[in-house]
Amino acid sequence: MIKYLFKRIGQSIFTLLIIITVVFLLLRLMPEEGYLGTNADKMSDIQKETILNNLGLRDPIIVQLGKFYKNIVTGDLGKSITYRPDVKVSTILAQKIPYSLCFGLVAIGLALVFGVSMGIIMARSKNSIFDKLGTGYIVIINAVPAAVYYLVIQLYLTNTLKLPILFDKSNFMSWILPAISMSLGNTAGYAMWMRRYMVDELNSDYVKLARAKGLSEKNIMVNHVLRNAFVPMAQYLPASILYTIAGSIYIESLYSIPGMGGLLVDAIQRQDNPLVQGLVIIYSSLGILGLILGDIAMTLADPRIKLEKSGGGR
Amino acid sequence: MSINGKKIDKLGDNISDSLFEFAQFDNKEAEKTGYSNYSYWKSTWNSFIKHKVAFLLLILVIGILAFTMIQPFLPYQKSPTEIYINAGTNLQDKNVAPSAEFWFGTNSIGQDLWARIWSGTRTSLLIGFAVGIFEAIVGIFIGALWGYVRKLDVIITQIYNVIDNIPTTIILILMTYILRPSISTIIFALCLTGWLQMARFVRNQIIIIRDREYNLASRCLGTPTRRIIFKNLLPYLVSVIMLRMALAIPTAIGSEVFLTYIGLGLPVSIPSLGNLVNEGRILMMTPTLRYQLNFPSVVISIITIAFYVIGNTFADAADPKNHV
Repeated sequence: MIKYLFKRIGQSIFTLLIIITVVFLLLRLMPEEGYLGTNADKMSDIQKETILNNLGLRDPIIVQLGKFYKNIVTGDLGKSITYRPDVKVSTILAQKIPYSLCFGLVAIGLALVFGVSMGIIMARSKNSIFDKLGTGYIVIINAVPAAVYYLVIQLYLTNTLKLPILFDKSNFMSWILPAISMSLGNTAGYAMWMRRYMVDELNSDYVKLARAKGLSEKNIMVNHVLRNAFVPMAQYLPASILYTIAGSIYIESLYSIPGMGGLLVDAIQRQDNPLVQGLVIIYSSLGILGLILGDIAMTLADPRIKLEKSGGGR
Repeated sequence: MSINGKKIDKLGDNISDSLFEFAQFDNKEAEKTGYSNYSYWKSTWNSFIKHKVAFLLLILVIGILAFTMIQPFLPYQKSPTEIYINAGTNLQDKNVAPSAEFWFGTNSIGQDLWARIWSGTRTSLLIGFAVGIFEAIVGIFIGALWGYVRKLDVIITQIYNVIDNIPTTIILILMTYILRPSISTIIFALCLTGWLQMARFVRNQIIIIRDREYNLASRCLGTPTRRIIFKNLLPYLVSVIMLRMALAIPTAIGSEVFLTYIGLGLPVSIPSLGNLVNEGRILMMTPTLRYQLNFPSVVISIITIAFYVIGNTFADAADPKNHV
């Protein structure tokens, strides 16, 4: 396990290195105006050259790349240009990350609780009205663009429930809708997987045997079915993290939550290259971290799964 | 005990000489056992139309597709990009509520929302279909190579791991941020991530199927790899390929709406469903103007739900295991 973990982490670092390099090179393709700040129109050519030189953008690409790696290792992601001129990207991020982390964790937690219980209810009362309603919910959430139903929730639920339409740190009521909206997609995902596996497990031979030997339905559920159904749940964890990241970008900006997602939208609209670069790298690392966590969670949930390569592979 | 309705008392009663004649070979009789009128596509179709909701949605989608194609040529249609000027006041027809003149009203600069919605649907469906077809071609091709040519397995697995580790949204944002927003940019960015899932599925299926006996036999007989892939393996994959293609359309529409919101979508001059939702969003705090958000949202929801349900039902129907 530990050997595998080291190998896995090494592989992830390699992946991250490739991502950082590609992101860096791609952003070099952007027009240089992005680095000049807000009053580029008034500058003379010499001024522009000086700024670009000072930023190191006139160095050979290999030198720039080497510097970039060195800076990242020390946690320096460069300085913001247009969003908050001359403030370090890491400083800006440090203020934003707590909000995103908080909302993200709450959203995944909500999705786990609601999604898993929804899936269990649907599987136990297969083909009933609950099952149909749940399926309808899953179809709508999966099919309709998140951008559309988030808007509908913000517009109509804030009106009917008298909740604040924008985020306000000190007002707890304004935390409710963004957190719930963010969890909707994952709730559907968890419910769908949970239902599917529960139905499969309930039809399997070992459950029939358990019934035949007279175990109570509750005992079968808790000790046999749920234990097995948690494996795919653990498998879905990385996907749910990626899903939450995507949702947070939209929701944070919609409710003006001062988190990373909203920041990414702002940075893009203001063409702040170093900030975009930093955010993309952070989000990619989160994605990679999620995958590792998912694999570990899977081995913990199911002792039969061995991550080390066993012999006999083709 | 009775045979052919005749009651028999003794075992020997029903034995006659005719039972001991040699059977003659009859071609017709021989065919009877081997013959089955099973047809793959017919069975698929039959189990598809059993699902009534999906069947109705299929009709609806065909209707919508046909309508978006012929809508500009129908009478009383307005141009999606023309700004209408009120003849009485000589001002733009801004934010006119739905009426007999403007069926879905006008937007904030006086363009006809009805025409814009159908024009936007055309754009969004074009993006969706392009992505779906590209995904299928590239995904199947790479997946088939990945699964079949063992030397490539390690390399493609590495490439897959790298791309799959980055959140799709981030790739989309990065690509559209670097390239200039246009229809082809969005298609390109969506294709960049879209083929992954298809390729992985095709690869897994092919690894399962490729060493079955009939493939072994084909290989021993010297059938070229290409022929084995196309004739022996791909027919197994129809259901999932169709599913992925059907789901590419809701995904593409959703991504387009999202990209437009964060400011990386199509230019306002090209009507698209994303642009329409975004224009509606800006005005949504005025209750009387909410129709500008509601109409595009409803159209998007109908189209995406229809494709999603049809895709899933068709995938179930195309799976031979579900054919009775």
